[in-house]
Amino acid sequence: MRRGAPGNPKDALFERTTAVFAFGVLFLAVLLFALLVRESLPSIRKFGAAFLVTGTWDPVAESFGALPFLYGTVVSSFIALLIAVPLAVGSAIFINEFAPEWLKAPVGFLAELLAAVPSVIYGLWGIFVLVPVLRDYLMKPVADHLGWIPFFRGPVYGPSMLAAGMLLSIMIIPFILSVSREVLATVPRIQKEAVLSLGGTHWEMIRIVIGQHCIPGIFGATVLGLGRALGETMAVTMVIGNRPDILLSIFQPGHSMAGAIANEFTEATGELYLSALVEIGLVLFLLTFVVNLAAKGILKTMVSRASRGI
Amino acid sequence: MHAIAFRRRAADRATKVLFALCAFAVVLPLFLILFDLLWKGARELKWTLVTDLPHPVGEPGGGIANGILGTLTIAGLAMAGGIPLGVMSGIYLAEYGRGKFASAVRFSVDMLAGVPSIILGIFGYVLWVLPMKRFSAWAAASALAMIFIPTVVRTTEEMLKTVPVSVREGALALGIERWKTTLFITVRTASAGILTGILLAMARIIGETAPLLFTALGNQFWQTGLDQPIAAIPLQVFNYAISPYDDWHDKAWAGALVLIGMVLVISTAARYIARVKK
Repeated sequence: MRRGAPGNPKDALFERTTAVFAFGVLFLAVLLFALLVRESLPSIRKFGAAFLVTGTWDPVAESFGALPFLYGTVVSSFIALLIAVPLAVGSAIFINEFAPEWLKAPVGFLAELLAAVPSVIYGLWGIFVLVPVLRDYLMKPVADHLGWIPFFRGPVYGPSMLAAGMLLSIMIIPFILSVSREVLATVPRIQKEAVLSLGGTHWEMIRIVIGQHCIPGIFGATVLGLGRALGETMAVTMVIGNRPDILLSIFQPGHSMAGAIANEFTEATGELYLSALVEIGLVLFLLTFVVNLAAKGILKTMVSRASRGI
Repeated sequence: MHAIAFRRRAADRATKVLFALCAFAVVLPLFLILFDLLWKGARELKWTLVTDLPHPVGEPGGGIANGILGTLTIAGLAMAGGIPLGVMSGIYLAEYGRGKFASAVRFSVDMLAGVPSIILGIFGYVLWVLPMKRFSAWAAASALAMIFIPTVVRTTEEMLKTVPVSVREGALALGIERWKTTLFITVRTASAGILTGILLAMARIIGETAPLLFTALGNQFWQTGLDQPIAAIPLQVFNYAISPYDDWHDKAWAGALVLIGMVLVISTAARYIARVKK
């Protein structure tokens, strides 16, 4: 579209008005970052880089290190990806390649509904349904028989890294699923038909085509899911146990960055305490920012490659 | 030869079943959650739930009426600010958005869309609670607006871009001014899509809990002003859920049922509008 008739003052005014609103959005984004940095400064000055690599979290002595929170966030997100990626990719393949037409829309709709459920409801369900079931039927038997493996060591309480990871996986599956479906849809039809016409089975077609085309895209979808998982607050904090210790066993409680902010913000009395919590927020902000940017970059190169037919 | 053909066919069948099982495992939790919500939430689902204030622990009855009003208040405030900002920015990006400034705006929209919601709670806290020394509906609403805005900007831009150029050109050829064309023809053509985006963003912010924890804070009573702590359904669900009392757990489930009901009604309405207008 060309610009409006030159010299029409009303057109210029309208364009400028919309630009002012657009500037407002830009301003809010900058303001958010600036406020996070400003409020974290006391903590950054006091602890420096040690904040990220030390594990003491002692509000009374005003000594803060965020490592246990960082560890819990990363490990629970990683567990979530381990569960979510195979399931999401598998069901994307099912919906796109195998499912009869009448089944595609309802399954897609249900996955969207899964994304619409508020996280506090996942947390509620996690506390009263998922955690007891996991504790009695998975964690206790496994800890009894395989407790010598450090990852499965007891005692089993229920709230744990594993519970958080599983709940998170349910929450991020819809995102990985929908991006995976888009990625699968970029495969040129002609290539699929070529494999089939050579006598390949459906599965061989999928294996060849996905191996050729979709691995980077699925990786992009995974990173996108990671971005979601890292910042999730309510569901995680309700089932992870909120204990700021670094424990190897996934049956043990842990903590998360978002959970620390959620639980302690209103109790943070001292200036330094509050600042340390905001700094956790700043680190989480930067972490998700980088992860989301990476996901976008990966998916963009994928799409541009697909459009060039490579 | 037959053995190979059999093996290939068996592998094909087996993977088909495996992928179907994946899809089943993905949708199963949704049914489990909805079933538990209905099963456990129905026990406390009475009229008093939506008409009464919360009762102290041990006292039967009581409701979440103040939370329902609070949630609607906060979401309404967030939308009152977020709709003009989001829609106008979307118009800018779709109709005039080229060059460095527009790229910067798009980048910040993408950035905001990916920010974990708890961090927007910090935003509301630092902006309102620190200077006013008081938790308030304003703080909560500005946190929610930050979630609401990027979604609306994105859908507005996308929907305006689906309007064919020929529609704009037709209007301009009739001698209609550019700004009138944009506002009364292009935006109007895309209005159903924009409304769908607004409703979906609304469904999202209604269920948000994390940004409210230290902005709205929660309130056991009716709120008396927007500069006061305010109740919200997600906060009530959370507080009841982590309490040690059984009758509060029942209320958490009932509150969750009300909450998911609201979310589903709004998102179904959004889908309906999108479909009808197509």
